Amino acid sequence: MAGPRNISVSEASRPVLPRHAKLKYDETRKVWVILAPERVLAPDEIAVEVLQLCDGERNVGDVADQLAAKYAAPREAILADVIVMLQDLADKGFLTEAREKTS
Amino acid sequence: MSDVLPTIPPHASDSLAVLEKSRSTAETFGIPLAVLLEITHRCPLQCPYCSNPVELDRSGKELTTEEWKKVLSELAEIGVLQVHFSGGEPTARKDLVELVKHASDVGLYTNLITSAVLLTRERLSELADAGLCHVQISFQGVEEGLADRVAGYKNGHRKKLEVAKWTRELDLPLTVNAVMHRQNLHQLPDIIQMSIDLDADRLEVANVQYYGWALKNRAALMPTVAQLDECTRIVEEARERLKGTLAIDYVVPDYYALRPKKCMGGWGRQFFNISPAGKVLPCHAAESITGLDFESVRSNHSIAWIWQNSDAFNRYRGTGWMKEPCKSCEFREIDFGGCRCQAFALTGDAANTDPACALSPLHETIFKQAEREAEGETNRFLYRNFAGGTLESGNDS
Repeated sequence: MAGPRNISVSEASRPVLPRHAKLKYDETRKVWVILAPERVLAPDEIAVEVLQLCDGERNVGDVADQLAAKYAAPREAILADVIVMLQDLADKGFLTEAREKTS
Repeated sequence: MSDVLPTIPPHASDSLAVLEKSRSTAETFGIPLAVLLEITHRCPLQCPYCSNPVELDRSGKELTTEEWKKVLSELAEIGVLQVHFSGGEPTARKDLVELVKHASDVGLYTNLITSAVLLTRERLSELADAGLCHVQISFQGVEEGLADRVAGYKNGHRKKLEVAKWTRELDLPLTVNAVMHRQNLHQLPDIIQMSIDLDADRLEVANVQYYGWALKNRAALMPTVAQLDECTRIVEEARERLKGTLAIDYVVPDYYALRPKKCMGGWGRQFFNISPAGKVLPCHAAESITGLDFESVRSNHSIAWIWQNSDAFNRYRGTGWMKEPCKSCEFREIDFGGCRCQAFALTGDAANTDPACALSPLHETIFKQAEREAEGETNRFLYRNFAGGTLESGNDS
């Protein structure tokens, strides 16, 4: 089964796109898109960067660390923005959380 | 963070389904993001509101496996991102797994729009392995009695529930498609609960749109104004309550509206479908409009050429074709005069204002008639089939 629904994104979450949502570069239109059931989402540049880091291994805190370092920006502000963006995606049903590793 | 763009705007949505490089270049008619492939008109169900044309394509006219594969490759090449395998019943084609595999190989995101009754668990599993991304199953109600009667197919409802369960077991996302009308609207709260119980991701509450078969069955299907208001209230309440758990898309019938819908997002603007015989169509009901010549993928023209240049696509594009009251209407770029198929079916001229619009001279007459039908007692269906329809027996009320 897919990961849990109705997730609440926090610093400790390890979000990942579900199997049915695919992040892809659209060569024809020269934009990034998320392909989802009967939907195409047009994420902005920041969202694309965040989603590329959401691999199910990193938690949201790790993602904020990386972006804060890359852009030399305050970590707390970035963390807050990332959580809002991911929660929005989760509310639309296009984000899940990686399951706990069994090993 | 992003726009959510529905990829099928059939007779409904007003969202933009074409990613334009600049929103100001609205006249460029970029290739649609998604294309509906009606790979066959064959279907074991006989729903009286079927969106297929009354004149169905027989199996001998269907594109071959190789022809569909060529279409899929061409679609991916010109920038289409998603395809919807639909019908008829797409699983009636023996080569469906092969087609889904080919679509995946050329990079297309694949949706299956199915009645589910012909699927086995093994075949569904093969489809998943072939790269299928999403399954949409139609339901006609929440209990066997009504659901099987609407579909004209015994034990169909039970089978659908089973296939929905397999879909989730195979980790495929599930959409429940519920077509609503006067005879099943009272089951809407239970349909929402059924969708949650089936672990669906999405529910489409799609009120019947009255073309083709549905127009023939309008007296048996048309809801009352009170039913529709209650339906809207239930959907709005459920959307709020189920945020993040179940997404609900809602299509209202336009008969009781004052303004028409921006049908298909505007003719030839963001959508096309391909019929079983390979015709490239601006909408799945477009063949009901006589006097338009639709080009086929079997012609010498490319699909992109047909989309950009063919007469059928250009005939009702933009606003240049309009007559009054559309021509000088301030909403002409917002709703594009409504639905061309409905204008043709109800007025005899596709260039007339869709009578769903209060500005149409026919609005009052036609919608009073619909209201009378909704209050009426005619519940008998004309079932959809290749023979031009069969009247339901034993429901003579």
